[in-house]
Amino acid sequence: MGATLSVTQLVWVPLAPLLGALVAGVLGTQLGGNWLGRRTVHTLTIGAVALACALSLLTLWQVITQGASFNGTLYEWMVVGGLRMEIGFMVDGLTALMMCVVTFVSLMVHVYTIGYMADDPGYNRFFSYLSLFTFAMLMLVMSNNLLQLFFGWEAVGLVSYLLIGFWYTRPTAVFANLKAFLVNRVGDFGFILGIGVLVGYGGTLNYTELFGAGPALAQQTLPGTDWLVITVACIGLFVGAMGKSAQFPLHVWLPDSMEGPTPISALIHAATMVTAGIFMVARMSPLFELSDTALNLILVVGAITALFMGLLGVVQNDIKRVVAYSTLSQLGYMTVALGASAYSVAVFHLATHAFFKALLFLAAGSVIMGLHHNQDMRYMGGVRKYMPITYVTSLIGTLALVGTPFFSGFYSKDSIIEAVHLSNLSAAGWAYAAVVAGVFITAFYSFRLLFLVFHGTERYDQVPHTDQADDHGHHPSHAGKPHESPWVVTVPLVLLAVPSVVLGYGLIEPMLYGDWLAGAVVVDAAQHPAMARLAETFLGPVGMAIHGLTTLPFVLLVAGTLAAWWCYLVRPDVPTRVAQALRPVVKVLENKYYFDWFNEHVLARCARALGRGLWRGADQGLIETGVVNASWRAIGWLSAQVRQWQSGLLSHYALAMLAGVFALVTVFVWLA
Amino acid sequence: MGALSLAVWTPVLSGLVVLALGQQAQAQRVQRVASWLAALSLLAVLPMAWQFVPGVAGMQLQEQVAWIERFGVYYHLGVDGISFWLIVLTAFTTWVVVLSVGQGVTQRVHQYLGAFLVLSGLMIGVFCALDGLLFYVFFEATLIPMYLIIGVWGGPNRIYAAFKFFLYTLAGSLLMLAAVIYLYNASGGSFNLGVWANLPLSAAEQNALFFAFLAAFAVKVPMWPVHTWLPDVHVEAPTGGSAVLAAIMLKLGAYGFLRFSLPIAPDASQDWAGLMLGLSLVAVIYVGLVALVQTDMKKLVAYSSVAHMGFVTLGFFVFAPLGMSGAVVQMIAHGFVSAAMFLCIGVLYDRTHSRDIAAYGGVVNTMPRFAAFAVLFAMANSGLPGTAGFVGEWMVILAAVKANFWLGLGAATALVLGAAYTLWMIKRVMFGAVANAAVAKLTDITGRETLVLTLLALAVLAMGVYPKPFTDIIDPSVVELLSHVAKSKLP
Repeated sequence: MGATLSVTQLVWVPLAPLLGALVAGVLGTQLGGNWLGRRTVHTLTIGAVALACALSLLTLWQVITQGASFNGTLYEWMVVGGLRMEIGFMVDGLTALMMCVVTFVSLMVHVYTIGYMADDPGYNRFFSYLSLFTFAMLMLVMSNNLLQLFFGWEAVGLVSYLLIGFWYTRPTAVFANLKAFLVNRVGDFGFILGIGVLVGYGGTLNYTELFGAGPALAQQTLPGTDWLVITVACIGLFVGAMGKSAQFPLHVWLPDSMEGPTPISALIHAATMVTAGIFMVARMSPLFELSDTALNLILVVGAITALFMGLLGVVQNDIKRVVAYSTLSQLGYMTVALGASAYSVAVFHLATHAFFKALLFLAAGSVIMGLHHNQDMRYMGGVRKYMPITYVTSLIGTLALVGTPFFSGFYSKDSIIEAVHLSNLSAAGWAYAAVVAGVFITAFYSFRLLFLVFHGTERYDQVPHTDQADDHGHHPSHAGKPHESPWVVTVPLVLLAVPSVVLGYGLIEPMLYGDWLAGAVVVDAAQHPAMARLAETFLGPVGMAIHGLTTLPFVLLVAGTLAAWWCYLVRPDVPTRVAQALRPVVKVLENKYYFDWFNEHVLARCARALGRGLWRGADQGLIETGVVNASWRAIGWLSAQVRQWQSGLLSHYALAMLAGVFALVTVFVWLA
Repeated sequence: MGALSLAVWTPVLSGLVVLALGQQAQAQRVQRVASWLAALSLLAVLPMAWQFVPGVAGMQLQEQVAWIERFGVYYHLGVDGISFWLIVLTAFTTWVVVLSVGQGVTQRVHQYLGAFLVLSGLMIGVFCALDGLLFYVFFEATLIPMYLIIGVWGGPNRIYAAFKFFLYTLAGSLLMLAAVIYLYNASGGSFNLGVWANLPLSAAEQNALFFAFLAAFAVKVPMWPVHTWLPDVHVEAPTGGSAVLAAIMLKLGAYGFLRFSLPIAPDASQDWAGLMLGLSLVAVIYVGLVALVQTDMKKLVAYSSVAHMGFVTLGFFVFAPLGMSGAVVQMIAHGFVSAAMFLCIGVLYDRTHSRDIAAYGGVVNTMPRFAAFAVLFAMANSGLPGTAGFVGEWMVILAAVKANFWLGLGAATALVLGAAYTLWMIKRVMFGAVANAAVAKLTDITGRETLVLTLLALAVLAMGVYPKPFTDIIDPSVVELLSHVAKSKLP
């Protein structure tokens, strides 16, 4: 082991954004009386995040070059019944990488926001939320125990809730944020059970201690069942990951989260928060390695998400929603990698995806601004000549996303496909088919977006008048031509485009086959040899890219691109005709496989009906009317009867006395 | 005078002083005097806090004076880790509630505020009493001021609610009185709780006593199925009454389990743990579902209180330090959060005179500052980490999973249900466009309201971020109680 990292240095990484958020949130809003102006707020929060980013890069550099690390407690949250609950950091290659991804993308998004939210009355509040999110996400990734992980986990959920509902007057936005929170809570339900099982049988919340206790948990079964403790715990944790990382069937909240402003779609719902589940499973790899059942489940769920969510991207017309479904699909790829025990590959794809997907979202936001808050791709087209920087950066992001050799997405995605191919788990066959087919679909919907927006005929003047536009609190005229965005928007695009090209080339060797993640990610090579075999066949980044030109995924990529080109540029009438021919299929896709329908009309309605039944039937009917009110009525009735006897007539009383005497005498005589 | 007597009698005397101000006194002046006296009552808790030694499990700062010598009744007070924070909570909540009383109450303000101060002292008395009869007297005496608060300053149906509250809880307590008298005889003429705790009792005696105490405490908590008085009473009670009722009075019942049922009838408590856990789970799940469909904000929060108190009883009866400490933490946390929730509803009610969820919508547009607080407290009510609401739930769920996976599974549904009913209400009340003219006319919270909500927000956040000061004091006493319960008392 190398040197220990400085605590002060690490503490300031999350603390700086937190302070920024508090100052901006209290003094910059109506809460504290609007003390601070816009310029002060954005300078302050951007400065804080820039500090966090610089410290993160420094940390990563120290971790890589000096093998430095940190694992320790900051403060004791509580100690109860011998169980220590602490707030602490565990920083190694995995953490340092995540810190850099989070703070860098956050910094870009902060800068971008200056331009994107320029006209919004909630400008300061938005910056406060962004910084608060950065803090929560950093606490999540830097944690050395499950308590703090859960804290960060829920805190990012809170900020996501606040940001999806940022434009709180819109009914769709406040519906989407409630939905996001509740679906995530369903995931957290599993997550807390997983944590509970680990604490109950492992006796600790600390990662290092839990990893030590893991093998013992793999020997025990849950009392009363024949389920292995480790399997129950891992499945519980993974259910949490399914919520946060939007895996089937808990994916339903992510497309709706696009109701939030575009910068947060890039930061939270593409680059960072949604990858928390992936990160968590990678972090917990020593435990997941012990349960093949859990890994198989992960493979199946990830494959379903990768394939079927990508298909939904094909029928969407809202530019942000296409990118959102693409995010779902890519999260599915990462999940598949986790299932194949290729944790480092999943984290690698997480990192490359963070940059190119943030880029695509921010570019989409730039287009939306350029087109005066129109998000419908049917009314775009030919935008490239008006927005050259946005176009070129989008093209780079798209090439990276589809996995073009030499671009960053190629290295990570191709490694996933190969790892699944080499996996020996029973679900790997299906997962392999899904991720390979996914390449075609990814290429198709990505280029469909690119062609519809930037190429072809100009349709931006045909926008029908609706109130669906990205409302900034004002309604600019729709008459103007598209225009390129200001520098605060384009500079982040360029800065994100650079890693989208080079990151994969630079990172693949140290991350997958070097020792960057060696201490953090544990693979049982005897049980799950996929990664080891992948390493044997690795040809170096250049060799891999050249080899990639000859493989099936590349053929599918080219086919998907050509199909999109033919359908949307050469013969624009084809998609309509295909849609008519395949009407039932398209209907299923347009209704998103009826998940929303099921959740709203079956689950939510049943819960409300059940609640109403219990309330009216059991609470008010049985308990209130049947017992409580019946008992006082019975007493009232009884006293009314008894009251009759008290007639006030002497003759009645004399008669009663006589009867009493007679009865008593009879009894005594009888007894004698 | 001992530190505990000071904590008990300062608020009672303060209440009498406020009462003596008379009807002629100007409402604002009465309110100012009462606020300062409530603050003084909170300060009167400081000597106790100062002299209390954390980490000691047993009773501290005991005071014992003969009260009715002929029957061996003593004025016997003491405090341990379990009661410590409940006393602080009582004094704090009373101060906040007295501060909060605004335009909602215009009639007989001196009597209204006096009642709260007297009530505060009596409730602190319950948490300090170590003599069975003294406990009973304090326990029953608390009904009187609350009965008046509901019956005089309540809503249109206040008389019905006041009677329901009084009779329902009194009926339960009478069985407790019988149990107290039985224990007095069985122990050879002692009302000392410590003596009772070490009294050998047969299984039949323990069962009878357990159910007698259950009758009193289950109604007060309230546990399902004797919870139906609570929603009815909350909707009629004035804002302050609701806040104190939810924040503290419910805890009297839960506290009774720890002082009477568990130590006096440990074997019966263990035997009937399954029943108690079952009722607690029903409270969490069934009542959570019922809360989901409420249309009245106060009813919704009342049902949510029942569900949260389900966690308290659940934590007691898993018989593990984590669960029981979690339950005590939950009692305190629920005190802060439910008081805040009811005060928030009061803020809206004062302005529009409606508690109906459907009468609102888009309040954030006209009351942004208020909305920030409301969302914070709603999140605490949903058990978000970093707030007080999370700590107890987290501990109880972990303990429940350890005790039995399925029990934990049932308890963890609160994560979904709690968020569903609370945030759905917030969505309908706070968010969206301005729904109607009444909402459009709303004015944001005043300085005093801001102060009140800020105090509660700080408490909620402090407990969520750093609960160690709470658990360090609670845990030793809980561990000792559990070791006592583990020992059989069968002769």
